Amino acid sequence: MKVRYVLIGILIGMAMINLTGKAWPKDKEVTLLNVSYDPTRELYVDYNKVFTQYWKEKTGETVVINQSHAGSGKQARSVIEGLDADVVTLALAYDIDAIAEKSGLLPIQWQERLPDNSSPYTSIIVFLVRQGNPKNIKDWDDLARSGISVVTPNPKTSGGARWNYLAAWGYALRKWNNDELKAKDFVRAVFKNVPVLDSGARASTTTFVERGIGDVLISWENEAYLAVKDLGPERFEIVVPSVSILAEPPVAVVDRVADQHGTRKLAEEYLNFLYTPQGQEIVAKHYYRPRLKSVAQKYAAQFPPIKLFTVDEVFGGWQKAQKTHFADQGIFDQISPL
Amino acid sequence: MSTRTEPAWIRRALIGIALSFLALFILLPLTVVFMNALNKGIAIYLKSLSDPAALAAIRLTLLTALIAVPFNLIFGVAASWAIAKFDFRLKNLLITLIDLPLSVSPVISGLIFVLLFGAQGALGPWLRAHGIKVIFALPAIILTTIFVTFPMVARELIPVMKAFGNEEEEAAMTLGANGFQTFWRVTLPNIKWGLLYGVILCNARAMGEFGAVSVVSGHIRGQTNTLPLHIEILYNEYNFTAAFAAASLLAMLALVTLILKSIIEFKYRAELAAAGKFVIKMENHV
Amino acid sequence: MFKHKSTLPGFRISLGYTIFYLGLIVLIPLSMLFIKTSSMGLKEIWMVVSHPRTLAAYRLSFTASFIAGLVNVVFGFLIAWVLSRYSFPGKKLIDAMVDFPFALPTAVTGIALTSLYSQNGWVGQYLYQFGIQSAYNPLGITIALIFIGLPFVVRTVEPVLQELDPELEDAAASLGADRWQIFIKIFFPNLIPALITGFTLAFARAIGEYGSVIFIAGNIPGKTEIAPLLIMTKLEQFDYTGATAIAVVMLLISFALLALTNFLQWVSSKRIGMG
Repeated sequence: MKVRYVLIGILIGMAMINLTGKAWPKDKEVTLLNVSYDPTRELYVDYNKVFTQYWKEKTGETVVINQSHAGSGKQARSVIEGLDADVVTLALAYDIDAIAEKSGLLPIQWQERLPDNSSPYTSIIVFLVRQGNPKNIKDWDDLARSGISVVTPNPKTSGGARWNYLAAWGYALRKWNNDELKAKDFVRAVFKNVPVLDSGARASTTTFVERGIGDVLISWENEAYLAVKDLGPERFEIVVPSVSILAEPPVAVVDRVADQHGTRKLAEEYLNFLYTPQGQEIVAKHYYRPRLKSVAQKYAAQFPPIKLFTVDEVFGGWQKAQKTHFADQGIFDQISPL
Repeated sequence: MSTRTEPAWIRRALIGIALSFLALFILLPLTVVFMNALNKGIAIYLKSLSDPAALAAIRLTLLTALIAVPFNLIFGVAASWAIAKFDFRLKNLLITLIDLPLSVSPVISGLIFVLLFGAQGALGPWLRAHGIKVIFALPAIILTTIFVTFPMVARELIPVMKAFGNEEEEAAMTLGANGFQTFWRVTLPNIKWGLLYGVILCNARAMGEFGAVSVVSGHIRGQTNTLPLHIEILYNEYNFTAAFAAASLLAMLALVTLILKSIIEFKYRAELAAAGKFVIKMENHV
Repeated sequence: MFKHKSTLPGFRISLGYTIFYLGLIVLIPLSMLFIKTSSMGLKEIWMVVSHPRTLAAYRLSFTASFIAGLVNVVFGFLIAWVLSRYSFPGKKLIDAMVDFPFALPTAVTGIALTSLYSQNGWVGQYLYQFGIQSAYNPLGITIALIFIGLPFVVRTVEPVLQELDPELEDAAASLGADRWQIFIKIFFPNLIPALITGFTLAFARAIGEYGSVIFIAGNIPGKTEIAPLLIMTKLEQFDYTGATAIAVVMLLISFALLALTNFLQWVSSKRIGMG
């Protein structure tokens, strides 16, 4: 009896939602879907505003840019499985390689199509320490010291963490003249100091900042800046090590999807605009290192010069790095306690 | 009265233990959510809830639950009727299969639908050729939600229906009621609490599901982000206040539960008072 | 083949629909797991699932879920009892609160629990003083699993308690039974099926749980790495078959455990039926 009212209520509710809920407006504007990874959310919110305006002035067309953000690897899998991305802007080339290889939505040589390895902005790996740097952490060696607690996400689940790991490895190779065994011991010592391996970069930042775990957080430079800005300028300091890895987050048009949507021109322009002074300015504001000299000079105070190596130089590209270090039974598994 | 309850000190001790446990495991997390949601004032709280992306997420979540819950409700009633009222072979197997979706990791719950409907999946190419979008769109979100909340209503109803046995229904049938009338007049009033709890639990899980939906949603802001996904995004933007504000909204589902229960209790009492004598007579007969 | 003695109608249609819907929503999608896994050789599957790291993760997931399930049975029953039989101020509000773990997205659960039970949290700071590390270790995982499983027990026991015939109690009391005897002889046997159901559901849910545990677990391989996290790491390498292999083993173990508890429940309800 009373249950009847509940049932009827549910039905009425359903009908109402169907009548009023216009969750998917059928608009006549052009839409573009940018599938990206977690830390670029704020960057692309800003960039999309500027680009929409630029495109309107140039062509008179109104473009609606939709954003999708999640972990880089997960996003790559989604695109492979049919998420209709016109462009992808991910954390590492390996993930876009996977899209090209497994779905054929874009050519294998995608990375040669745009300047600078298809990476319009870069970042480096730095340390975030607590105010006053109480444990006196200056360089990579300090992370392997006993009694230091290091926070980094899990390289197996986080693209950002793979950059962290490779940066430490590259430093060790450089220090011990390419002695792989020494490098392995060094990285093992660093990860022995890790009490919590979060699944993503932002989760690690929260563990370090909000839970008060760890003496140092290994992080992308842009993430470290954002954490300091948003979570407490008086509480943390950024420490730049003597040498670091040049993290190059790549971008690419997903050809087959863009062609199907008839958005290829728009998609290409969307990515090219990232390389213009205007685009580079936005990039720098969000603490990514710009490629353009003129913009880089303007923000020189924000981005101290540092000796950098790339994945290609030290590891022979992402495919190889992934296979050697992060695949099952790879070096990361070997240095893990089990 | 004294025969129906324990000595006062036992009562107090039991209440004390139960409440301490609840305080530690439920009340404190609840407090964390609401404190974080309101720590910048009610104005910011309301503002973060009226953000267009938040509204779109709320709408999508409601829509999903409103479609998924009735499906599982109908299934739950049918399954519990068959299982509780009749004996048949392989019944335990059936119950176990019904439980199964609960133990499937959310990641896998999402993945199986990707394997089925994804571009590389079993049905993906066919769907694509016919221009039907399932994965990374509403249909997959709803399907996944149905899968995740699948056993809720059935599992609530089976023990309740069993506890009542078949006598009342059989009596009604011999008195000339047809099957539908028997169900509506005899079974439904008996199982009302189980049914209500089932629907509430199913709905709460449907609205709160994160992991599985996250795999099939595509995360397009303002389009395929449900409320839980939206919360994660806000949290990852270090927008803690807005994240917890949205979470508090889901927490308040519990309040809806409270109101619904009170209404039904009230109506039930009123009806009992009106038609009471008849019901009591019936019960005495059976 | 079917031996239904009941004179009630609707057996064929209700069972038919149940099986149809079960097949459509659960069995066909789940069969994809097996199909995907079968593209691997048996030897490869064995290599994945017998790896020490995988075994450690299975052990952790199942142990923590089992302990959490037991804790929930004890306290969930107590809470259901108190809520349905005693009256005290604020009871209705507390009753409503029980559903809270369901409504909360698992990620929020993880964040809220971690902020409570980590070293600088409200509860954690006291526990850590006594040397109890309540976050980033198996205890933290168990805490999260207790949280997500509690409503299952309370909500399966509560309706049965509410519907139990008070006349039975009165009759027993009038025959001279004391409270304890009434509880053991009358309440408990009637509650066993619901308690087992509650345990089963809480336990089953806990095995697969990912979102809330990941925040409080610590995720150190071999120590605090749960099985669902291993599935994620496989997916991250685009190793779908490896992921489904781990999932299939989890599914089979869960299935066996669920079947066992359902069987126990069936046995116990048979016994009541006899007595």
